[in-house]
Amino acid sequence: MSIQAIDLSYTYGQGTAFEQHALRHVNFEIKDGEFVGLIGHTGSGKSTLIQHLNGLIRPTGGDILYQGKSIYSDGYSLRELRGKVGLVFQYPEHQLFEVDVFSDVCFGPRNLGCSKEETEKRARHALKLVGLDESFYSQSPFELSGGQKRRVAIAGVLAMRPEMMILDEPTAGLDPRGRDEILDQIERLNRQHGLTILLVSHSMEDVARYVDRLMVMNRGEKVFDGTPREVFRHYRELEAIGLAAPQITYVVNELRDQGIPLDETITTVEEARDAILGLLEKRGKLK
Amino acid sequence: MKIIKAANLVFDYIRRNEEGEVEDVNRALDHLNVEIEKGSFVAVLGHNGSGKSTLAKLINGILLPAEGTVWVSEMDTADEERIWDVRKTAGMVFQNPDNQIIGNIVEEDVGFGPENIGVPTEEIWKRVDESLRAVGMTMYRKRSPNRLSGGQKQRVAIAGVMAMKPQCIVLDEPTAMLDPNGRRDVIRTIHELNRSEGITILLITHYMEEVIDADRVIVMDDGKIVMDGTPREIFSRVEELKNYRMDVPQVTELSWELRQRGVPLPECILRKEELLEALLPLLKEE
Amino acid sequence: MIRDITIGQYYPVESPVHRLDPRTKLFGTLVYIISLFFADNIGCYAAATLFLGAVVHLSRVPLRFIVRGLKAIVFLLLLSVSFNLFLTDGRTLVRLGFLKITDNGLRLAFFMGLRLMYLVIGSSIMTLTTTPNQLTDGLEKSLGFLNRLRVPVHEISMMMSIALRFIPILVEETDKIMKAQMARGADFESGNLIQRAKNMIPILVPLFVSAFRRATDLAMAMEARCYRGGSGRTKMKPLHYEKRDHMAYAVLAAYLIAVIAIRFFF
Repeated sequence: MSIQAIDLSYTYGQGTAFEQHALRHVNFEIKDGEFVGLIGHTGSGKSTLIQHLNGLIRPTGGDILYQGKSIYSDGYSLRELRGKVGLVFQYPEHQLFEVDVFSDVCFGPRNLGCSKEETEKRARHALKLVGLDESFYSQSPFELSGGQKRRVAIAGVLAMRPEMMILDEPTAGLDPRGRDEILDQIERLNRQHGLTILLVSHSMEDVARYVDRLMVMNRGEKVFDGTPREVFRHYRELEAIGLAAPQITYVVNELRDQGIPLDETITTVEEARDAILGLLEKRGKLK
Repeated sequence: MKIIKAANLVFDYIRRNEEGEVEDVNRALDHLNVEIEKGSFVAVLGHNGSGKSTLAKLINGILLPAEGTVWVSEMDTADEERIWDVRKTAGMVFQNPDNQIIGNIVEEDVGFGPENIGVPTEEIWKRVDESLRAVGMTMYRKRSPNRLSGGQKQRVAIAGVMAMKPQCIVLDEPTAMLDPNGRRDVIRTIHELNRSEGITILLITHYMEEVIDADRVIVMDDGKIVMDGTPREIFSRVEELKNYRMDVPQVTELSWELRQRGVPLPECILRKEELLEALLPLLKEE
Repeated sequence: MIRDITIGQYYPVESPVHRLDPRTKLFGTLVYIISLFFADNIGCYAAATLFLGAVVHLSRVPLRFIVRGLKAIVFLLLLSVSFNLFLTDGRTLVRLGFLKITDNGLRLAFFMGLRLMYLVIGSSIMTLTTTPNQLTDGLEKSLGFLNRLRVPVHEISMMMSIALRFIPILVEETDKIMKAQMARGADFESGNLIQRAKNMIPILVPLFVSAFRRATDLAMAMEARCYRGGSGRTKMKPLHYEKRDHMAYAVLAAYLIAVIAIRFFF
């Protein structure tokens, strides 16, 4: 069971002077329960790509299969799909519109045709998942802090009970702690609740720490796809397309260049710390 | 010489209900004191809601303090007669690049400030040319701002401030909405302005890697200044920073973690090169 | 891409028409429109055709670009031409069932068609050769006399210019909000009229909130850059008439006199 992109292409303004290839023959499969990162700089096609996965854009070539069925085939219910594949846009708090937090979160399940009871049950559950308790229910979403607003917006998508969540830059504009809190919550959704996650990000550091697998987009093409370790091994190529691997990758690689036997696939601070400590201990330089 | 002095600043955001009664008071600045040296590059860190944006707006005279005084080049920002001089001296760049560009063409936007303060036409052109050159946007001067990237828009906004010949630029999270490339360009541009034009920079941000090259780092929390020193001094206090919801660059964190476990490293490492230099002799086999 | 929409469809080339002062073009367009309403014989239309042809040629805007503007009025054009064609009394030329075409009808229809087309072409030449900014500047300066009647001319033109900048941004934002709500299962296509209107709330509320936020931000940014209304402001691109504008006015006057003369003496 999975979501698949098959030879997906999208061209803006086809046949006009403004023609622009946003996606070129992109292929991948995301299996249920995976935690995947999607990286690329602005204009690499990643936003266009995720809108396809949710059926918001029709491709100009290729197909999207969800659980084996083409989402663009006749009679396929896109609304149902959108309940299954939740998409959280960048700055999702900009879509809040209801008078209070609770009704806003109810919007999604209500659109899916859930009964009032079921809708409220889901909304309560979703708000709990993002860590907002009942004291928030009757507050106006416009009076919350930035981080809280964002969580309400994420709950709004979670309340549809999706099997997969796509999040576009969920940490943009948050401070470091706010960023960690949101990412930790997303990780919990994956690890504890089994949600498939596709996390779009600019930040290699964030991605290295959380995801199992990483896809890198450049100029509408998928250029890398693998575990963070595999992808960051190509840190020189990443740099050439305007993306940098995490700082730690550089440190480890430069130490390796000097003949220090470190694992080249180290990508996080913790891994680097343990490897270096291990090496020092072996050399007897640590008491 | 001090270009900015703030003494005992208090600022409250007051929410009133429909009858105009005070419903809620949120103290954004709490008896804050600070002085900024002319020509320096100062970074202000703090989590969302720590009061750092409010401080920025008080310096430019967009907000006025409830208590205390801000002086910009010896001018009291509360002095109505000098307010335009204050704003000319301390220019401001905001977070959202789209919401601060007024002109429909890049060069016209850069000319907006000088037009407002009554600079003669010929001089406006000269200033626009110089400012666009200073931020490296000359080749985009005839473009519509809507067709620029976020980083380019921010550089246009900086040029717009430069065209008013300020002594100081306050940037309120100018990179928060940019991608890594745009962020790098903006930071490089303001360092360049600081170095070559001697403009005092007050950079408000929560990206740690943007502040390691600053002359001085101020950390705010709860409307107060809680840490103040060189980047090296500040980043050596990793735990304290984390308490204020801040972070440290990965290299700093790694060396701190190693030091905690008894590896003899210098107290605070900010750059990759420093870490390599300190680690190599330890790791090399004899 | 939505941001590529240029309001007023400016066509960016260098030409003598592009270089004219926007006030000249505004006034010229006005005079041309008036002249079309004066014209009632073949001589007048010949003069109008000649004048328009010359301006189009000088503007260096490709003809197909100009003709494209006519698409919008095809229906109106056909309607008014056929009304004139079939419903005017006179000597019958052709009879099609209950419809008849008369000599007068043919003449009127022909002139009416030309007049409408020239109206559209004439005014689109102005928007094609003048940036929205120049246009607002031109309006601000030409209507400056209204200041004495306490009409806030500067403020109005500033508002127009800001609107021009923000319309593409807000169009894009609408698109984004709409997609985001669709991702939450919203449906904008089905239901009756009232239902559909209600369905717009999840778009309109965030859009208004965003527009207000942008407005507040913008006001703050303008204040920070010392904006304090029109008085005491200088201009980066002040408008002044050049020799070519005086020449244009002379040609314009000659053209108007010619049309009037042809109308009354031939």
